[in-house]
Amino acid sequence: MQLHHFHGGLKLADHKAESTARPLLTLGVPKYLYVPLSQHIGAQTECTVQAGDRVAKGQRIGRAKDYICANVHAPTSGWIRGIVEHPVPHPSGLSAPCIKIETDGRDHWGDDRMEPWHDWRERDPRSLRERVRDAGIVGMGGAAFPTAVKLNPRPGKRIHTLVVNGAECEPYISCDDMLMRTYPEAILEGARIVAHTVGAERVLFAVEDNKPEALRALTDAMPSGEQDFLQIVSIPSVYPTGGERQLIKVLTGHEVPSAGLPADLGMVCHNTGTLKAIREAVVAGQPLISRIVTVTGPGIREPRNIEALIGTPFADLAAAAGGYMPDVDRLVMGGPMMGFAVGDDAVPIIKGTNCLLATRPQDAPQPGPVMPCIRCGECTRVCPANLLPQQMYWFAKSKDFDAIQDYGLFDCIECGCCAQVCPSNIPLVQYYRFAKQEIWGREKDRQKADLARERFEFRQQRQEREQREKAERLARKKAALGKKDSEAGDKKAVIEDAIERARAKKAAQSSEERPSKDRERADG
Amino acid sequence: MRFRTRTSPHMVPGHSVGHLMRQVLYALIPGTLAMAWFFGWGVLVNVVLSVLFAVMFEALMVKLRRRPVAVTLGDSSAVLAGWLFALAIPPLAPVWVLLVGTGFAIVVAKHLYGGLGYNPFNPAMVGYVVVLVSFPRELSLWPSPQGLMEGSFTLWQTLQTTLTGRLPEGLDWDAITRASPLDMMRESLVTGQTVGEVARSPVFGSFSQTEWEWAGNLFLLGGLWLLYRRVITWHIPVSMLLSLATIAGIFWVFDPDQFASPAFHVFSGAAIIGAFFIATDPVSAATTPLGRVLFGIGIGILTYVIRTWGGYPDGVAFAVLLMNMVAPTLDHYTRPRIFGHSGDGRG
Repeated sequence: MQLHHFHGGLKLADHKAESTARPLLTLGVPKYLYVPLSQHIGAQTECTVQAGDRVAKGQRIGRAKDYICANVHAPTSGWIRGIVEHPVPHPSGLSAPCIKIETDGRDHWGDDRMEPWHDWRERDPRSLRERVRDAGIVGMGGAAFPTAVKLNPRPGKRIHTLVVNGAECEPYISCDDMLMRTYPEAILEGARIVAHTVGAERVLFAVEDNKPEALRALTDAMPSGEQDFLQIVSIPSVYPTGGERQLIKVLTGHEVPSAGLPADLGMVCHNTGTLKAIREAVVAGQPLISRIVTVTGPGIREPRNIEALIGTPFADLAAAAGGYMPDVDRLVMGGPMMGFAVGDDAVPIIKGTNCLLATRPQDAPQPGPVMPCIRCGECTRVCPANLLPQQMYWFAKSKDFDAIQDYGLFDCIECGCCAQVCPSNIPLVQYYRFAKQEIWGREKDRQKADLARERFEFRQQRQEREQREKAERLARKKAALGKKDSEAGDKKAVIEDAIERARAKKAAQSSEERPSKDRERADG
Repeated sequence: MRFRTRTSPHMVPGHSVGHLMRQVLYALIPGTLAMAWFFGWGVLVNVVLSVLFAVMFEALMVKLRRRPVAVTLGDSSAVLAGWLFALAIPPLAPVWVLLVGTGFAIVVAKHLYGGLGYNPFNPAMVGYVVVLVSFPRELSLWPSPQGLMEGSFTLWQTLQTTLTGRLPEGLDWDAITRASPLDMMRESLVTGQTVGEVARSPVFGSFSQTEWEWAGNLFLLGGLWLLYRRVITWHIPVSMLLSLATIAGIFWVFDPDQFASPAFHVFSGAAIIGAFFIATDPVSAATTPLGRVLFGIGIGILTYVIRTWGGYPDGVAFAVLLMNMVAPTLDHYTRPRIFGHSGDGRG
């Protein structure tokens, strides 16, 4: 198969052998699980249980209340011990609502477990999509975008190719590698289910060439006669080939349009872990309640891959991997390039946790002082989006948000290549994140202001209209009165008579009012 | 357990600015030694004094600007500026030329614009051009190897000359200096000689004067090493030398008696050191790939124009400064096509 290149990228030492040397370990059920309500891109899930409730394994405890959202299920059986604010894996280091479950150790499935569909080929795409939605599946490569949304057809866009992303290009991470070695049949079945659901007639299964065992396992698991439908492609190991857009470029030579989606090219791309989860949801009736996590890095004694329940604290996984080295000082969720450091290992693993990376000071030393940009252009050379990071840095620094967007800020995938090669130690990706946040914030403010202005203008219009109507009414009344007057004629006597009448009336009124006012004062 | 939180990437960082600058310094060593071999101790005296002055001015300015002195000096950019400036100065030039040049380079061209990363012009070339236009006599006295040998210039005599501005007893400038190849070519053509006659002069090697050729070759070696180490990219040196050779070639083919050969232009004066060490200063050069190619082409053409029709024998310094002026414009109009965009990459 003819492969293509994308601009830039980095060849990085992959450090995957450390964690693939030991077999996959399945972690037992911990005493407490903390299941965050928000583990995905999109709206927060709505909690459907209360403290004291008894839950069965796989029971839904959080309901997706929005299109871009995902259900949350109890990873095991036990009791709900409250909806608590607990540290979650998030770059901010803040706490977020989590469902605290005290496990009962029985790991008991309830009666309303989803029905296993061995006959999924007979099911229509709509019900398969619903199953994926019910199972709370999100993209498991790290981004955690609700998968059901990606399976939904877009009007006028026919999907002909399913791209399976087994690239796993970031150093240290090997959970997909281990998954492909251990469950190749399940992943391939997941690929068939997705192809059936989206109507794809071809599957391209891409694996980086630094994973020969995974490639062999997949090839061995391929039934003969499927070669025309499913193709396993070994691709060069370059970071960030695992980026969806980069991967499609490597496989097809086509670039997904900047503001578009792979669907614009008739493609959809799913991670191997996601396919395995889809297979379990459809064929085994099991929602997404566990995943494989790579626990690795020079700060871990026995790096390995561990299958653990969602909600298990990082600390339990580290302990299962032999514990920390004595001088460990940083714990990262994700890989070394795009992951973020967490402040506390009490945080639970979530659906998107692919890797726990523990490092010592010498493995990721504090970079030297930030120096001025010398425009050496190394960042330009390695940028996989073909941007000019050095120019975008100036614009971010000077808060010239129009210019930075003109230079393609929103085409930046935050892969971190530029920051890694920058000789001036400038945290470039941070600048771009800052600029994006500012622009989004301003956009929101602008929308709010627009709404407020619209409301104000509407109110003004309404008041003007009311005033106008009032004036018109008055004018009409006056006109009517004037007519009457003129009809009555302008005889002096008549007018004088009227004035006299009015005077008398006024005098009578004021004499009535005064005592009443006095009375009020007395009451007060 | 608590951990420290820092921003990605969580890896051993790549090279530092200081590392890059020092790579360039290492690459200058062979060419500099070759120049010292042919032109005597004066070359090394110039380098040492200029570097000393440059670092001194840098420290002074950083102190005045209340920035961390050690960090700034650690980037080695002042050393590099001083060194490059020294290589442009005749080996027996008086010390105040070095002082004025490095002072202007570091104080005015670099720090008054905001220091490293903010200077629009190449500091070393600003310093050189200032002394070139201010002190034309001192800047034209290039000693000849033979002249130096006759005078048997020792390190001590060199230092004396540099510091006092006077030659040792019994020597005069006419005896020890000789026109540089570009000077020679220029003057001979003015007096009606042909290029061929100049090139047959005994001091000429295959393309230019032997010693300049050798120094050029060794600077070329250093430059290729920088390319290999990816300290610089090919864009500027290749486009500059190619454009210089191309335009020289066009005129040379048209009239080989009146116009020197492309090889002569490439191997004379500051073409090679300019292409690999001066024009590649990233701060003042264009930064987009295509912008760098255009930047190099511009320098090549301007160098030829100044050498052939201008008032100075060599034009690399002026060409670099002129192109520094248009670098931001080049960057603006040569943005690469962004991934997933069609056309010129405008977002």
